[in-house]
Amino acid sequence: MLENMTSNHNGRRVAVTGMGFITPIGNDLETVWSNMIEGVSGVGLITRFDTALFDTKIAAEVKGFNAEEYMDRKTARHIGRYCQFALAASKQALAHANLDPSQMDPDDVGVIVSSGIGGMEEIEKSHTNLIERGPKRISPFTVPMMIADMAAGIVAIHTKAGGPNYAIVSACASSTHGIGEASEIIKRGDAVAMIAGGSEATITPLTMGAFCQIKATSERNDEPEKACRPFDLGRDGFVMGEGSVMFVLEDMDHAKQRGARILAEIAGYGASADMYHFTAPQPEGKGAMRAMRRALENSGVDPKEVGYVNAHGTSTKLGDVAETKAIKSVFGEHARELAVSSTKSTHGHLLGAAGAIEAAACVLALERGLLPPTINLDDPDPECDLDYVPNKARKADINVAISNSFGFGGHNATVVIKKAPSGANN
Amino acid sequence: MASQLNFKELQELAAEILGIDPDQVQMDKSFQRDLAADSLDLVELIAAIEDKYDVELPDSELENMKVIGDLWKFLEQKTAERLEA
Repeated sequence: MLENMTSNHNGRRVAVTGMGFITPIGNDLETVWSNMIEGVSGVGLITRFDTALFDTKIAAEVKGFNAEEYMDRKTARHIGRYCQFALAASKQALAHANLDPSQMDPDDVGVIVSSGIGGMEEIEKSHTNLIERGPKRISPFTVPMMIADMAAGIVAIHTKAGGPNYAIVSACASSTHGIGEASEIIKRGDAVAMIAGGSEATITPLTMGAFCQIKATSERNDEPEKACRPFDLGRDGFVMGEGSVMFVLEDMDHAKQRGARILAEIAGYGASADMYHFTAPQPEGKGAMRAMRRALENSGVDPKEVGYVNAHGTSTKLGDVAETKAIKSVFGEHARELAVSSTKSTHGHLLGAAGAIEAAACVLALERGLLPPTINLDDPDPECDLDYVPNKARKADINVAISNSFGFGGHNATVVIKKAPSGANN
Repeated sequence: MASQLNFKELQELAAEILGIDPDQVQMDKSFQRDLAADSLDLVELIAAIEDKYDVELPDSELENMKVIGDLWKFLEQKTAERLEA
């Protein structure tokens, strides 16, 4: 049975050949990696709106982003912030991969841009216009700006990638599902490459206020850079982030034939539902456990081969403990030898783009032999007793990493990433 | 509404909304053919013009407006009506 479920059961394998980044810790690959490894926090006081009345006044905002570096002025005006991020990150990823869909058959390259919410800022602005100025002053661009599938459409329009095109919505698991499903599209032969990842831009009054009301976000407003502290007793909630990370995923043979640099391999993915509660994780991490197991099975990877887990690790008590239990249950004794870290401690929680930036952390950890740390881990929660790579990056030559993502609604997804095949880049 | 219309102001307003340079907005330019305005752009432009010039631009009027000059004539006419009133 296991034999039939391995990544290359139909002969196709999936390479990562490009990545693009618009994130709270940098708007290019090298800056992002450097900040992740050095543990430089992207969290600060919110500048995008007046937080005077809000319990949470901090978030991990994208800084120094100029949409017009990536698109014409008219496009920048008419697409939502989350679509701007996605288009910018996609263009970076294609340049990194040295792939130009406009020179290929339109069916060859597809796009999946996952988003947890979509154009929240634009919904809020239009609603304010409706209330203050009436229905005739609602922007005609409201619908295209707000719908959660639009980033995928925009990326296709501007890159001429005409293959399968849609969004996947599973809250904070969206882009792990997106990367997983994009890989499956390549494996089944419906595209030779996919531009896949996630985008989110939800540092807005309504979103932040709503998360404050459920006490989900950290209120450590006087020490923003210390606010996101997964697995630490002093944590008090997650820190909202924003941004987009996009991948170019490609049929391994296609990538090799055109001499592309192969950064890593997406070996497989697994998904499950908690069937428990709409926001709280199942306390024993049973849903997470099943997603990880399925991902490993689908990848044909023995749990002992895994050297690094990029945890969902949002810096909430329930989530951190449930994930720790799930990892122990999946890996048994090997859980003690694994390195587990939550890079959310530096870049915050990018919601629908979280899985993409964290899969990118896995790709770079495999490629560069360095594990990014969990920062702000000063006083570990006794119920979280794994090796979370506290505070300092660590050298480690690993062959397989996994990235976990769990979303409100009880959606779980795990993607398995392998080091690039030896000799692939000779 | 100002008693004197200023074409430069209209150029700047249209340019901002259509994402083009103000110099491109000339009397003989077609909204759709020359300035690449689609139906969504026009809805936004109308709302901005109605706000700025305190006028109502009914759909029936809009159907007859093909070039910037048509819009300009409409605004001139409204200004004249207001001055006479």
